[in-house]
Order: sequence, then C-alpha cells, then structure tokens
Amino acid sequence: MKFSFSNEQEQFRTMLRRFLSEKSPVSEVRRLMATEQGWERDAWARLNSDLGLSAVHIPEAYGGQGFGFVELCIVMEEMGRALLCGPYFSSVVLAANAILNAGSEDQKQTLLPSIAAGETVAALAFTEENGVWDSSGVTLTAKAQGDGYRLDGVKSFVLDGHTADLIVVLARKPGTSGDEGLSFFTVRGDAKGLERRLLKSVDATRKLALLKFNAVEADLLGEAGAAAAPFARTLDQAAVCLANEMVGGADHLRQSALDYVSMRMQFGRPISSFQAIKHKCADMLVDVELAKAAAYYAAETAAEEAADLPAIASLAKACASDAFIQTAKETIQLHGGIGFTWDNDTHLWYKRAKSSEVFLGSPKYHRELLMQRWNV
Amino acid sequence: MSEMTEESVRAEVRAWVEANWNPEMDLVQWRNILADSGWGMPAWPKEWYGKGLSAVLAKAADSEFHKTGAIGAASSGVRLLAASTLFDHGSDFLKKKFLRRIITGEDNWCQLFSEPGSGSDLAGAMTRADLKDGKYIINGQKVWTTSAHHAHYGLLLARTDWNVPKHQGLSYFVIRIDQPGVSVQPLRQMNGHASFNQVFFTDAVVEPDHLVGSLGEGWKVATTTLMHERRGAADGIATAGRRGTKRTGRAYDQERAEIAINNEPYTWYPQRAGRADLIIERAKATGKNSDPVVRQEMAKLLTMYNAAQWMVRRARAAQQMGRPQGPEGSLGKLIGSHVARASNSVHTLISEADAMLTADDSPMNGVIAEILVSTPAASIAGGTDEIQRNIISERVLGMPKEPVTGMDRPFKDVPKNTVSQLPNKS
Ligand SMILES: Cc1cc2nc3c(=O)[nH]c(=O)nc-3n(C[C@H](O)[C@H](O)[C@H](O)COP(=O)(O)OP(=O)(O)OC[C@H]3O[C@@H](n4cnc5c(N)ncnc54)[C@H](O)[C@@H]3O)c2cc1C
Repeated sequence: MKFSFSNEQEQFRTMLRRFLSEKSPVSEVRRLMATEQGWERDAWARLNSDLGLSAVHIPEAYGGQGFGFVELCIVMEEMGRALLCGPYFSSVVLAANAILNAGSEDQKQTLLPSIAAGETVAALAFTEENGVWDSSGVTLTAKAQGDGYRLDGVKSFVLDGHTADLIVVLARKPGTSGDEGLSFFTVRGDAKGLERRLLKSVDATRKLALLKFNAVEADLLGEAGAAAAPFARTLDQAAVCLANEMVGGADHLRQSALDYVSMRMQFGRPISSFQAIKHKCADMLVDVELAKAAAYYAAETAAEEAADLPAIASLAKACASDAFIQTAKETIQLHGGIGFTWDNDTHLWYKRAKSSEVFLGSPKYHRELLMQRWNV
Repeated sequence: MSEMTEESVRAEVRAWVEANWNPEMDLVQWRNILADSGWGMPAWPKEWYGKGLSAVLAKAADSEFHKTGAIGAASSGVRLLAASTLFDHGSDFLKKKFLRRIITGEDNWCQLFSEPGSGSDLAGAMTRADLKDGKYIINGQKVWTTSAHHAHYGLLLARTDWNVPKHQGLSYFVIRIDQPGVSVQPLRQMNGHASFNQVFFTDAVVEPDHLVGSLGEGWKVATTTLMHERRGAADGIATAGRRGTKRTGRAYDQERAEIAINNEPYTWYPQRAGRADLIIERAKATGKNSDPVVRQEMAKLLTMYNAAQWMVRRARAAQQMGRPQGPEGSLGKLIGSHVARASNSVHTLISEADAMLTADDSPMNGVIAEILVSTPAASIAGGTDEIQRNIISERVLGMPKEPVTGMDRPFKDVPKNTVSQLPNKS
C-alpha cells in the first residue's frame, strides 16, 4: 500500500477535510493563534468527541482506535492543510509515541487512554536551548532521590510545553553523554519547581515553550538509561508525521495560488495566461507531488515498522521541507502586493513552512542523516 | 571642473564641513545651508542646490561627508525619486517649489502608482483626473502606498483621457496629501509593520501647474520614476540601513526624531534585502562557520552579493563615461531579489531552531526573524521579478513583446479588473 490509499482511507480523508474546513476555518486559526495558549479545551474536546482524532493510531488496548501510521499521516496532512490550532503534534505524535515506544505495559495502560481521549494533553520535552534535535544535545539531569527522581535543567522549543497537562522529559544521568544514561520521565504540567514560559515564535500557530526544571520530582518512564533507542524511533516517526503535515500545507498553498492567478487580471488578461505563471504553477505541482510521494511512502514505511524507517523518515522530512518553503515563497510571489499583507492568509502557511523547515532538524541535517543511514 | 579629482573633492568637503557644521544648529536651518552650498546633493546641477559632480565624484563627496559625522541632506523614502523625476520632467516652478524642501526634509513624499486593479500593469490605472473650472479633480483609489501616512506630497499617476489607448491617456501630477479629498488608511503587512496604505481620493484637487511633463505624457514620466526606483533598489543591495547616531547636539536630536517618525516605515527595509552583510558575523557567533555545508552556502550567497555590487558599480562607471543608463537597473533589482531569497535561506540554515523564534526571543533581538518574514517583499515591491524579467528580455535583449490586446482601442472600451478583485480572504 505504499503507492495508493485504500477506499476506506480515501473516505476518511474526505470526511476529515470537510470536518476541518468546518471546524477550523482560517478565521478560527487567526483567533486561536492570537491567544497565548494557542488552542482551546472546548474546540479540542469537540475534535476528539466527534471523530476521536487523538485516538487514531493508539492501539485499542490503550483506549485508541488501533489504526496505523498511514491513518495518522492522513490526519497530519489534513491538519497541515487546515493549519489546525490544537496540541495534536505535541500530544498525539510526540508524547504518545514516546510513551508507546518507551513505556512499560503498565505505564501505557495508565497514561495513554486519557491522551487518546484528548482529556490529557501531553508534550515531549527533548530539545534544549542549544537547539540540537537528537539526544547528543541533552544536558538536563535526572538524579535518583528516594524512590523517585529529580530533574534539573532547561528544555526549549517544547511544542505546547506551556499548556500541556503532562510532560514527557528526556533527561540524562549526571556524568553520561551521547546515547548513554538517557531516560524518559513524566512530570505534571503544574509540578513544583517547573517554570514554563511561552516563547515568541515566527509561526504563531505553533506554540513553543521554554521549561526550566529546578529539582522537579519526576516519574521514570520505561527503563532507566535505555531511552536512546525509543527516543530515536519517536523522532523518526515524528519526522514522517511532520513531512505529511507539510505536504498538506504545501498542497493548500499550491491550490490557493492557482485559484488566485486564475481570477487576477493584468494587461487585459488573466495572469494565469502568462507562460511565466503557468511554468511556475507547473513547477509547484512537481514539487508538491514529489513531496507527497515521499511523505506517503514514509507513512507506509512507519506503518510497517520497516528497518529503513530512519533513512526514509529523513528523506521525507528534507523533501517536504524544501517543497513547502518553495511553494510558500512562490504563493506569495504569485499574489503580488496582496500576498505580503497580513489580511491575506498566505503568510500563515508561509510562517508554518518556515518553522517546519527547521523543526525536528533542517533539510541539511536530514540529508546528512540520510547519507549516514544509507551507509554512504 | 577638469582639475577635480576624488582627492580634491574629498579635501573640499572636509574643509567646508569644518567651516560650517555646528551640531547645535536647527536641523532645517543646517540643511538649508547645505542646499545653498551644494554639498548636500553633489550630483545635482549647480543651479539646483548641487555641485554638478559626476556620479563617481559625487559618491566620493558623499562618503567623505559621511565620515565627518555631520548630518547630510534628507534622503529617506521616495523623496529622491521625486527629485529625479522633477529633474527629468518637472517645470522650473515645481523644481523651485519642491527641491529645496526635499533636501531639508520638510516635505515627505509617497508614490501613488499602484491600484487594486493595476500593479504590474500600471498603465491600466483607473484613478481619474478631470479638469473642472481650471483645476484637476481626482477620484479613485491607490494601494500599497508606502509612507502615505507621513507624506506631504505624492507622485500621482492618473487618467486624464479615456478616449485614447491606455498608455496615452495618463498624466502625472504632484498632489498634496493633506487635503479633505484624500484619505489614507494603513495596511498591515505579514511582517507586522504597517508601512504601506490605501489612499482614497474623493474630489481631491490638484492645481494645473502641478502637472509633471505634459498632459497625456504620464506614462513616460512614470517610467522615468520606475527606472530610478529600480536603479535605487539595485544600489540598495548593499545598504544596511540608516540608524541614528548617539552623538549629542540639537541637530542630532532632531535627526533622531526624524528617523523615529518619518523613517519608521523603512525600518525593516534592510531586512527585506536579506542582510547578507550579517552572514559571516552570524556564522561565527553560532559556530556554524566550521560546518562545510553551511560554508558552501555562505560562499555562494556572498559571491552573488559581492558580484551584484560590482555589477552596480560597473553600471555607474558606464554612466560616468557618458554611456546611456538604460533598463539595466532591472538587472540589479532582479539580482537583489535573488540575494534576498538566498540570504533568507542561509540565515535559516545558520540559525536552525532559533529561526522559529521572533522578537526578543530571537537572534539579534528580532533582526533575524524580521529577515525571514520580510524578504518576500523584495521580489514584489517596485515591480515584480516577473516584470523585471520581461523588461530585461524585451528591452535589454530585444526579444519580441508578448502579444497585448486593446492597444488599438480607447481605454474606456478595454476589459479591465474591477476594484472588487482585491480579495479580503479572511
Ligand atoms: C512592500 C511594498 C511596498 C510597496 N510600495 C509601493 C508604493 O509606495 N507605491 C506604489 O505605487 N506601489 C507600491 N507597491 C506595489 C508594487 O509595486 C506592486 O505590488 C507590484 O508592482 C505588483 O503589482 P500587484 O501587487 O498588483 O501584483 P500583480 O500585478 O497582480 O501580480 C501578481 C503576479 O502576477 C505576475 N505577473 C503580472 N503580470 C505579469 C506578466 N506580464 N508576465 C508574468 N507575470 C506577470 C506578477 O509578477 C505577480 O507574480 C509596494 C509593494 C510592496 C510589497
């Protein structure tokens, strides 16, 4: 199924697209992005009660719907298209996958059902102020104390970190480095000693937070010192999801550009009749379709838990980042002056493209990973 | 004149500033002295507040003047475009009325060309100027008008004759902004600034002696303005923006106030050009200068950036040697867009995760973030990249023009955009 969706999956997409265009029109995106939280419990709850979106890929044993990564990626693509303001990527993609990959059976039973129901919003805190995406950048320490742990250090770029109820934190045993000594912990959002601050971000639809841990009591998630592998896997899965989200955004922009040039007249004719414009639109389609092919292939690779997931994840992330940003620039260009205004919606997706370009690692970083993962 | 060298010009500038500059002077008073001396605008003709120097010598004079730390002639916004246009096509009456106040900074200017229905196709302007009782009565709407909210005067392209083909029915005026028939409404941009505006005209009045060039010659005059603008945009590849100094003195205080208010719409202009000048500094500050991939991208950008400046210098030198300056300004403008886009990418590459942040959370207190959301304007403002490519291919390379319709008909009979085609999507 790497090369086509099933009829059921196509129906799911159609239904979801209609649902999101009703529940999350751009006016709603603009309203929510202007708030400090970036999302609202009510709207979020409706998303989950009506369609169970947070539960899509979580196994039934943990309160989920038990679909796979392909369905999760369909959700991502449609959310990227609608620019949905909700803690989906943070809670369902990053945190839930970290729990699925690292947690004990008991912990999954305890933590996942409320995430799947959308009642608990979780975030994954892994990057620090150094902006390093992999585990080599982790300096936040976890010290054993009594039968628990205490966390000290700073996490940054934490998606929805300022609003999450539950935070999954990647920390290391003092004195260790690289993949050694890494463990996941869970911390309540309102834990004592945890200071959270919203960071000002270019893309207001993607809220990032700075979290300062000062001897914060934390529960170990999974096995002590063994988080490196599940974390790496979580990142690969997240890259696949992000690639699909970007493809949705890019496709939306491409279509909006086409719509605009078809109606805009200059020199007594529609600007779409100029060859320069036609070629641009054709190139945009090539970019977006290539990125789609890569993102869909990666989704299926993740669904199959195939061995080449790490390589394919990086390939798809780099490809989709480039396509999204290129499409965004061209969409502004094709709109002319109005494309540079606040009232025109293009910049919302342009800014999402800018943030997605570097979120989870730049295309340059992922291209290097791809070469390493292919043992080049 | 033939004896003048860069050295002698520099020496003359130094001596003159030494003898005349006093930072405690009133700014306008000082700039009036400058206007009388010719050193504020050394490239302008002697009879009009200049020294009549060649482009190269004038540049030497300007750079020497800048070194003295004395305040120069006002130069922000489109005031110099207004001056160039008046030199090319304006009557002596208009030159006398405006040139001095352009130098002193007493008047600010804006460019009233683009309309909702005509941007790239400027000659499709629908704003009308009708002669009634000896005055031109203006009705219509302009858009994307930078700095209209600070402007005293505007360069207006309007239609005076609907019964001739579109390029022939246009005329060019200087219009006073502060009058009951003109209403200015700011438009917010994607980078958060609101430096451009919509301008509405309802029976606004222009005196007939404020016509620039002849009646019906508006397109020719506007083309001059655009050529100067594009050349300026090319020159601007290298400018890092004017900032107020910390020096003390009444004139400096007044200049700081001028920069804070009149120049406010332009604070992000250096960022829109991409700030390639910051690349090396940023790479060193982040340690990315040791990453071979980043180094390659930096080198590519800086090669283009430097070559672009040399190209502009070559054009200026050619002009100095008496060769006509043509539409090669379009080359520089197009390359400026390439530099802006590439700078955006390289700044992103260097800043990585920090590229997601803005304002005081972001590198250089928001400058980097402002680059990321401002460079898209470079390839639109002052004529889009596509239009520059058309100009380069058709006017520089002499390639055949795209077939156009309606040139044989009165403009009133040509199909046009309606104003309502400016969509407000949200
Ligand atoms: C920051 C900023 C400041 C500005 N300041 C001013 C100002 O002070 N005064 C003023 O008058 N204007 C100003 N403008 C307006 C600017 O000049 C116009 O936006 C620009 O010329 C494009 O016109 P438009 O917006 O109508 O786009 P359109 O002309 O509608 O263009 C839309 C798209 O179609 C393309 N296109 C159009 N015709 C052709 C063709 N023949 N072949 C191929 N492609 C084509 C364009 O390249 C563009 O990609 C400003 C714009 C910006 C962004």
